[in-house]
Amino acid sequence: MQVPAPFDYERATSVDHVLTLLAERPGDARIVAGGHSLLPMMKLRLAQPEMLIDINDLTDLDYIRVDGDEIAIGAMTRHAGLLSSALLGEHYRIFRDAERVIADPIVRNRGTIGGSLCQADPSEDLSAVASALRATVVIQSATGRRTVDARDFHQGPYETAVGDAEMLVEVRVPIRPGAGSAYEKVERRAGDWAVASAGAFVQLDGDTIKDVGLGLTAVGAPHFTCVEAEEALRGQAASAENVAAAAQLCHDACQPQADQRGPEDYKRHLARELSRRVLTTSIARARGEQS
Amino acid sequence: MTTTDTPGTTADVPRARTAEAAGAPEAPLSAAGNPIGFGRMLRKEDARFLRGQGKYVDDVQLPGMLHGAVLRSPHAHARIVSIDTSAAEAHPKVRAVITGAVLETLNLAWMPTLSGDVQSVLCTDKVRFQGQEVAFVVADDHYSARDALELIDVEYAPLPAVVDARKALDPDAPLIRDDLEGRTDNKIYDWEAGDAAACDDVFSRADVVVTQDMVYPRVHPAPMETCGSVAHMDPVSGKLTIWTTTQAPHAHRTLYAIVAGLPEHKIQVISPDIGGGFGNKVGIYPGYVCSIVGSILTGKPVKWVEDRSENLMSTSFARDYHMHGEIAATREGKILGLRVNVLADHGAFNGVAQPTKYPAGFFHIFTGSYDYAAAHCNVTAVYSNKAPGGVAYACSFRITEAVYLVERMVDCLADELSMDPAALRMQNLLQPEQFPYTTPTGWEYDSGNYPAALTEAMRIAGYDELRAEQAALRADPDSTSMMGIGLSFFTEGVGAGPRKHMDILGLGMADGCDLRVHPTGKAVLRLSVQSQGQGHETTFAQIVAQELGIPPEDIEVVHGDTDNTPFGLGTYGSRSTPVSGAAAAVAARRVKDKSRIIAAASLECSPDDLEWDHGRWHVKGDPNQAKTIAEIAMLAHGTLELPDGMEGHLDAQVVYDPPELTYPFGAYISVVDVDKGTGAVKVRRFIAVDDCGPRINPMIVEGQVHGGLADGIGMALMEVIAFEEDGNNVGGSFLNYLLPTSMECPSYELGQTVTPSPHHPLGVKGVGESATVGSPAAIVNAVLDALQIRHADMPLTPAAVWRAQQGNPIRTDLAIV
Repeated sequence: MQVPAPFDYERATSVDHVLTLLAERPGDARIVAGGHSLLPMMKLRLAQPEMLIDINDLTDLDYIRVDGDEIAIGAMTRHAGLLSSALLGEHYRIFRDAERVIADPIVRNRGTIGGSLCQADPSEDLSAVASALRATVVIQSATGRRTVDARDFHQGPYETAVGDAEMLVEVRVPIRPGAGSAYEKVERRAGDWAVASAGAFVQLDGDTIKDVGLGLTAVGAPHFTCVEAEEALRGQAASAENVAAAAQLCHDACQPQADQRGPEDYKRHLARELSRRVLTTSIARARGEQS
Repeated sequence: MTTTDTPGTTADVPRARTAEAAGAPEAPLSAAGNPIGFGRMLRKEDARFLRGQGKYVDDVQLPGMLHGAVLRSPHAHARIVSIDTSAAEAHPKVRAVITGAVLETLNLAWMPTLSGDVQSVLCTDKVRFQGQEVAFVVADDHYSARDALELIDVEYAPLPAVVDARKALDPDAPLIRDDLEGRTDNKIYDWEAGDAAACDDVFSRADVVVTQDMVYPRVHPAPMETCGSVAHMDPVSGKLTIWTTTQAPHAHRTLYAIVAGLPEHKIQVISPDIGGGFGNKVGIYPGYVCSIVGSILTGKPVKWVEDRSENLMSTSFARDYHMHGEIAATREGKILGLRVNVLADHGAFNGVAQPTKYPAGFFHIFTGSYDYAAAHCNVTAVYSNKAPGGVAYACSFRITEAVYLVERMVDCLADELSMDPAALRMQNLLQPEQFPYTTPTGWEYDSGNYPAALTEAMRIAGYDELRAEQAALRADPDSTSMMGIGLSFFTEGVGAGPRKHMDILGLGMADGCDLRVHPTGKAVLRLSVQSQGQGHETTFAQIVAQELGIPPEDIEVVHGDTDNTPFGLGTYGSRSTPVSGAAAAVAARRVKDKSRIIAAASLECSPDDLEWDHGRWHVKGDPNQAKTIAEIAMLAHGTLELPDGMEGHLDAQVVYDPPELTYPFGAYISVVDVDKGTGAVKVRRFIAVDDCGPRINPMIVEGQVHGGLADGIGMALMEVIAFEEDGNNVGGSFLNYLLPTSMECPSYELGQTVTPSPHHPLGVKGVGESATVGSPAAIVNAVLDALQIRHADMPLTPAAVWRAQQGNPIRTDLAIV
């Protein structure tokens, strides 16, 4: 049995309690939510936090609701909640597409959106979803709340904009009426990390692409997206040719690294193939041609 | 004779039972509803397993027990400059720190392997693979033992590593085994089988010769339960008791006597419930020896259970065969000859488990299921800076590699000749009248009807319809997927083995068996083989039930404890039913013969006047004049006057020496769909027709086949232990060592033919490894059929498939760079 190094443990009762504990142990403490990334790393002794702050009692952070012209998702919302949400299903199929291929039901019952984003794994699916949707992330500290664009949230592998005495509390997604969205992943086996994944939303004005968002994960795409491809599509006809050209830009812009999931050229190919597919599906969904 | 089944429905015993009765008389049912003999019944052991009440090594708790942990090398090849254990020894909960230097004082730093080599227990000179055992800490609890590992300071001087087996024999390759006197290179052996000259002659005259290189990559059995042991050297009695994860408890006891110099009668090896073995739990690992030494040094029981990464990185792997095949045939598709050169990567120590005479296991069965004019193979084995092992993962002593080789070569030939691979196989399969059949490399196949099995598999598959569907899909320019149909036909040789040919470290491969019928007619059967999930407690009870008419629920099967069972070599190579199953049948028949004489004495008639009828002897022509086996058991233990020379009681003791191996076979077909854009493979269907002779419990047989098919999907599509250039193992956790899930496995379609073995008392052939042996080739053949490419190596991950399409295949045994 793999066992972690010794650590202290506190079960937090509120966000303020978390922030107090974090302030007492700057740099030493880690927040644990679902624990499905952090605990394996601790058991392998790749992570050796001196203190764990368990936030599983903060059920008031488990919500998905309309808030003005945005959908607000609490940090403690589990993957299973994202998968089953009728509200998300109505506005953004991308969540359901992505959640169906994230890990397995056991992990999805425990893992949270906040934990997934804060883990900041370069292959994280929800990071690509948040980037595709140009979501914002709400970060709380003792002095107040600040909002960060999802595309600025990740500052490198396993690094985020969340400071030592801060906590991610909410993710906000703009509501885009009529938008179609989709997510597609290639994995070596059900439940594996992505070899590559792509997500997109498309908003149409007739046959013209009014707005578009692209998310890419596991392919070394800066900020989990490809801005060049988005710019190339915006205001253009929603045609197969334009989609293919944008997909080629994803191929060219990403910077994948070879590993056991695949070599660099294959991942680059997938960035193109999957972005083409999710853009095509998003357009079809925006047109109401595909469920 | 066919049953089709889906996972999850096999437990539906009564309904399923009627479907397969054709031909064979059904056994009568006991009061509990179980067949008194062969037939479907739920497994006796499942009640405890399903309720979480199994007792595994890690469940063993003893008063005062301490906990051990192994410090492992981060380097693949490095000289040990120094080891400082003082900080670990100062840890308040540490009771002992054992290093190679400590073991040297006990003459235990090195131990013999199962192949006549030696293996380091704890390093004294240098580490030879990443994950190798360097030190052992004994502490009050498992956490403290692990913490203390981080306090041991080892200074290493890294050396260049041999990672690519193809470079192991280069003149400038680093010498791995400088511990062996006189050794100047990394070659372990050259070994050949068959007639090289005859083969050359056949090849020189053939119309067509097809050549193909292929790698069967290094994979791992990855049993759910990792390896471990609890050792207790009783300081009062001087007796060593070791609870340990072993498939071969008796062999382990003898080896401990040899390794540690302990008196064998003072060693008790207990193998409790075992959570999967697949060959991973045949050998003796350094951790077991360290737990024994820890107990000797501390006077307390010491538990050591490895973690998942330790299991994947240091215990017995499988395969790692680099094969060069050549097949010769006529233009019309008559196969003439097969020639193979193998480079076998055995890792840092030659620690394979197989009969002594066969250093490459049974690989020379590579001619498979076809008739040839000649065949020849050469196997060159080398050391590398990787973990030792090689014979594991339900490989039937390397028949897995052999079947993969020949079944790929036949498909390559079909591709070359533009022939349908099913037709080519049908044209060349051995015919029923050729049995018993002697192969060009010296195997004598006992019995078979191969064309019938292939015909049955093609019927279930709807082969012609599948080919028509494939042709239509290929003609459709808008299709987004490619469809592939793959075949594999395998012949295994199992049930090792005849004492005249087979031993492991000098121990002949015959199995003992004791059967005792209690006065009230209940029975206890004691076996040397050890179940790791195969259902021995049920299958072996059914064998005795079949022979004696005692309900299977009234027969206790005792195994896994050397103090309470007769000697035998254990469970691997699908040998349990072929060898110990025969022993149980012979023992039951001896009891039955004795019961006839006792019945006759009681009924005051001649034994010849008695007739056997489902558990009772009755006077011929008078069914009312009868004694049941339970009545006879009481008489045997009672005061009945017995015939001269006959002892009381009702029992028998047998040692069964198999006259020959048994040869199960089967025909497999898989259908896959490959995503044109991503290379992702989906196994749509898998049809498996197995012939393992009569099926004692068809449900258990089907379960074995289901498991093996999942193994095959795993190996074909995702499993591999690859290494980086410096010897870093990138398959050391389930993050990268992928096992298939239900999502990757289709609903299997099983069929059967029944060809009894002529020399086995029950005609049964063994089935434990059949599907693992036979299925990988069917899946690889299907994927390559979809791609219309001659060859690509396993595992066919999406990336590997896509790169094969690009004509730039991945070297799957080395980490991607």
